[in-house]
Amino acid sequence: MSETLTPDATTEKPVHTRRMTLNMGPQHPSTHGVLRVLLELEGETILKCTPDIGFLHTGIEKQCEALNWQQVVTLTDRVDYLANLSNNLCYSLAVEKLLELEIPAKAQWMRVLLCELTRINSHLVWLGTHALDIGAMTVFFLCFREREDILRLFEMFSGQRLMTSYIRVGGLALDPPRGWEKRVKSFMETLPSRVDEYESLLNTNPIWLKRTKGVGLLPVEEMLEVGMTGPCIRAAGIPMDARKMMPYSSYDKFDFKIPTSTDNDVYARYAIRVAEIRESIKIVNQAMAGMPEGPVQAAAPKVVLPDREKMKTQMESLIYHFKIVTEGFSVPAGEVFQVVESPRGELGYYVVSDGTAKPLRVHMRTPSFGNLQALPNLIEDRMIADSIAIMGSLDFVLGDCDR
Amino acid sequence: MLPEILKENAVAASLEAADPALLLGGNTEHNELTLEVVPEKILTALRIMKGQQFERLSTVTAVDRYPMEPRFEVVYHLQSVARNLYVRLKCRVGGEKPEIDSATAVYASANWYERETWDLFGVVFKNHPNPIRIMMPDFWEGHPLRRDYPVHGHKYSYQND
Repeated sequence: MSETLTPDATTEKPVHTRRMTLNMGPQHPSTHGVLRVLLELEGETILKCTPDIGFLHTGIEKQCEALNWQQVVTLTDRVDYLANLSNNLCYSLAVEKLLELEIPAKAQWMRVLLCELTRINSHLVWLGTHALDIGAMTVFFLCFREREDILRLFEMFSGQRLMTSYIRVGGLALDPPRGWEKRVKSFMETLPSRVDEYESLLNTNPIWLKRTKGVGLLPVEEMLEVGMTGPCIRAAGIPMDARKMMPYSSYDKFDFKIPTSTDNDVYARYAIRVAEIRESIKIVNQAMAGMPEGPVQAAAPKVVLPDREKMKTQMESLIYHFKIVTEGFSVPAGEVFQVVESPRGELGYYVVSDGTAKPLRVHMRTPSFGNLQALPNLIEDRMIADSIAIMGSLDFVLGDCDR
Repeated sequence: MLPEILKENAVAASLEAADPALLLGGNTEHNELTLEVVPEKILTALRIMKGQQFERLSTVTAVDRYPMEPRFEVVYHLQSVARNLYVRLKCRVGGEKPEIDSATAVYASANWYERETWDLFGVVFKNHPNPIRIMMPDFWEGHPLRRDYPVHGHKYSYQND
């Protein structure tokens, strides 16, 4: 090997391979945020990889302790800005468990619908950027075209494209707007053919296949051991999905499959995510077809703001309104760990209450943090070009990782 | 000592059977099993749990109960994928010299979680392979998630530099 690299083969000086430390990031396009990775290289082989995180640490867990229970919802959007509604849902479910609130059926089904739209949105962003990293640019534009439609739907529901805060403790923020069924339905009719379009661009693309097949392998036991979850672990053959294992918010009433694969490479992770988009379309269609009637907020006057009309005419409602707005509601002392399946994997909120109007502790077990921890195991002793494909396949969001 | 309500719980009973002095208590509030473990014996407890198909350590974190003593609760969430179960282990450590054995010897995933807990709470994990800050800058003084650390108005200012 070293002989062929020698510029002048006749010289007697032996050529030593030189170790080099390469600083990748924090501002590197394929790190999807501000991740810094220190790579120790020998030629093009990575000997050692040291991820350095914390550049997006915004102290969200600390801020949660300074806000009242309902206000914290607005911070949960900002944890993972590509899976905002999954975070809203996870936090709301945790607090509702502490409050022992009963959520009406319509709110539960709307939550499922919105979370699946979030999953499609997140997977589309992932597919576009991952393909861009590997060199397939067209997919990026196509994915973002569909993503724009989903963001418009979110805007219609909540008034916000990214920081929706639409799922609140006690139900939803507002009734869904008039005519939402038509818009969601027309989007769902076009989406399957669009997914076919992405696949037609990638599935037979020789460059894509060469860069993804057989790349990024890791034994399943090691993946579990270092804390990987989500599509990555499902691509390794473990059907681990909180929607099936511990159904929340009526997921047990929906008929869907958990796509798995045993190939365990970057291509398998891509295939799993595309299959998940198709499953999500199925779930959204089922939610549309069987949407129950009724209110979208729980009948809990101490937690949910009263109807405007009632607030103006009934003394009791006015008092509740005043109390909720001025000091918020208090939550019985206790602790819960609520897990939901975010697009990236296991999202867990550990919420501790001491019985007051503010949380004592909100800890977020975020999937990006766990997945990123596996990065050294995945890319050490591999080629540097593969590291881009492997990093992309993990689908981390640094806001989610650093909080 | 195990409360009556947990005597029939398989996970709690197996820990109690392995070492009667391991558990300090526990509950099943909100259908979630919480077991309080003697801090010195956390590694024993984690090893037993790992032997019982708890393949994953989902997260490690802490809760600061300032000004109560013992002030910190170090909380471990374990998952068994095979048995579809979550269990919470909890150790109380004092504020004077908060330290506990590192779980990295049993579960590799504890590495970053313990670094985070040390960084933000100042709980020392003994025998941790890489005990450096992970979220805050290296020069940072103090541990931001402690209850006596202010949300606003700490010594670092971003206004003037």
